[in-house]
Order: sequence, then structure tokens, then C-alpha cells
Amino acid sequence: MNEKLTKHLAPGHSTCAGCGIPAIVRTVLGATDDPVIVVSVTGCLEVTSTLYPYSAWKVPYIHSAFENGGATAAGIDGAIKALRKRNKIPAGKKIQVVVFAGDGGTYDIGLQSLSGALERQHDFLYVCYDNEAYMNTGGQRSGATPRGADTETTPAGKKSFGKLEKRKDLMSIVIAHHLKYAAQTNVAYLADLKMKAKKAFALDGPRFLLVLQPCTNLWKYPTSEYVRIGKMATETNFWPLWEYFDGKYKINWATENPKPIEDFLKTQGRFKHLFRPSGEKVIAEMQKEVNEEWKRLVNLVQI
Amino acid sequence: MDWENIEEGAIIEHDLKKSPRTGDWRYMKPQVDKKTCLGCGNCFDVCPEAAIDYDSERKADIDYDVCKGCGVCATVCPKKAITMMKNT
Repeated sequence: MNEKLTKHLAPGHSTCAGCGIPAIVRTVLGATDDPVIVVSVTGCLEVTSTLYPYSAWKVPYIHSAFENGGATAAGIDGAIKALRKRNKIPAGKKIQVVVFAGDGGTYDIGLQSLSGALERQHDFLYVCYDNEAYMNTGGQRSGATPRGADTETTPAGKKSFGKLEKRKDLMSIVIAHHLKYAAQTNVAYLADLKMKAKKAFALDGPRFLLVLQPCTNLWKYPTSEYVRIGKMATETNFWPLWEYFDGKYKINWATENPKPIEDFLKTQGRFKHLFRPSGEKVIAEMQKEVNEEWKRLVNLVQI
Repeated sequence: MDWENIEEGAIIEHDLKKSPRTGDWRYMKPQVDKKTCLGCGNCFDVCPEAAIDYDSERKADIDYDVCKGCGVCATVCPKKAITMMKNT
């Protein structure tokens, strides 16, 4: 066991073999030396790290319900401010409130609570690990599921090619709350994640990180592949790495020759129906969407 | 009743002894070839269990008590110094 990496989250948690979530948690929390309070809403991380009677957390941790990660963080922030007023916490000491939530608890169920906390400008960092469906309950579609994915509630078959709708643009929703820092990153690029977490921890007010987290179990690929598939998502421009800071957009990783989207799709079982006859049309549409999204992002950077 | 007397919810203290034995999940076992290993540490951060650390000679050393045998370390190794063997 690596002592340096397990300062906040110990092993012995029951995430699936080959899951990237613990790497996200360790990298984000490893980017600060301040004391942290972790809020985790219902989701993969919560059910696997707090398996009664064991808790893998070595830092103060609170489990809140699915829909109120933002509200719980707001409450903790309020308590810290009240204690500061009574001189119970030294003035110079910064305490970091970090929320970890999945895409279900962020894009869908927790959105109003997150929106409220962002709007009230509470001092907290919200990290969403996005595995693109409700993986903890067996892979039902969420607002984050991309078009064409086969999930439990959007099964692919003769009449359907999986999820019909486009994924929600959460980053734009978050940035619309006039916050200082928001970034999209990927667990396969841990150096990028660490850099962004460091930047976020140095600021006050609400901050947001959206981290892609390939799911071995329900994206349907071998357990050893999360880094490779995560990299492929960025190399095909399906999941660009970018950040928003103080009104300015910046792309952190780009290539002149992005790989075709097929390279990403064919690594995963959830897209395998697209490689049967009549699937090319959906793939072509997805490629078009990816190109448009990328163009939109490049335009935002240039403004 | 004031806030100091509010009943506390369930509180669990961290105690590694109570953890599930995740090493028992493993059916493939990563093995480090210490001669090829550079000691670059690429596998440390990506390991979901944080099971890998330096040994006394600064080579990767895997803690088999917690390793679930996913094989991510073998995929990211730039020297292919980690091979997955059948767990025996």
C-alpha cells in the first residue's frame, strides 16, 4: 500500500477492479495541503467507500442523499463561516469543502441543489466523476449518456440504436452561474486533473471540475483498459480537455489530426451494435456532433 | 434543545482491519520484473487501490493484500515490466 497516496482514501474500498474513481479522488485531494471535508452523494463512490462497518475515508466525510450534494456543501460552508465569526477557527486557516458526485447526482438529480449552491457563491469545490450513466444501479441512462449508447433503459435492438438524445451540456449550465473556475478533464490525464485541482483549490467561491471516468463494467471493456479508453475519448475530441477561468476559455490539449470517433466507439461493448449494418448512419451523426462541439469550443476560446 | 445536544447520526471511524479483503477478488496476478522496471511510478497513481509503492531498490512493489488484479498497471507500464499471471 502506497502511504503517500492513501492519506485521504485508503484501500479496502469495494470499487470494481479497474475503476478510475479512486484515482480521481486521490489526485484531487492530493492537490491540497489544507484540511478537507468531503461530501459524497449517493453513487458508486459512496456505496463502495463506506461499506459498513468499514470506511475507507481518513478525512471527515459526510454522505448526503442523491439530490443534495450542493446543499450539504453549502451547509458546511455556512457552519465554517459561523465558527470563524466566533473565533473557533483561526482566521488564516483555509478549510476545503469538496463534493464528489457522479453524473446522476450532478446532471440530473442533484442539479437544482448544485445550481443553488453555485448561485449563492458558497466556498466549495464540486467534482463530478462522469461515467455517463447510473452505473451503481446497473447502467440506466442519465443526462450524461451520449447518443447511441446501449444502456439498461435504452436497449439497442432492431427498433432502436440505444439512447436517441444528445448528452446534456453541463459545463455551459455551470458556467452560466458566473463562477470563477470550471474545467473539463479526464481520469486518463491525471497530470491535467492535478493541475486543475490545484488551480481550483487556490481560489475562493464555487469551483467545478467535470472528470470523465470510463466504467469497466457497463461501458463493457476489460478491467485493464480505463486509461487507454479515457485517452481515446480525448484523442478523438469526444471529450476535449478545457477550462474556464475568469471569463476566458482555454483548451488544454489539442491535436491537428483527431482520430475518427469509431476508434473510441469500437473499444466498448455499449456501442458494439453501431458496427452492425445501418449503424454507420448513427456513427456519422456522432462524428458530425463531435466536430460541431469542437468548433464551438474553439470559437469560445477565440472570443 | 440547542444544536450542541442534537443526536449524532451514524459515525464510522476508519479502521483498516475492518476492511473487506479485496486481495481475494483477484484471479489474475500482476508480477513485476524488477530487472526491467525503471521505477518511473506511472503505475502508482492509476492503481485504484494505491497498492503499488517503491521497494528498497526503488522498483515497483505490489501489495497483494489489496490488489484486485485489474491489470491497469500492466497496461500503463512503458517498459512492459508488469505481466498478468494466473493467480495461484
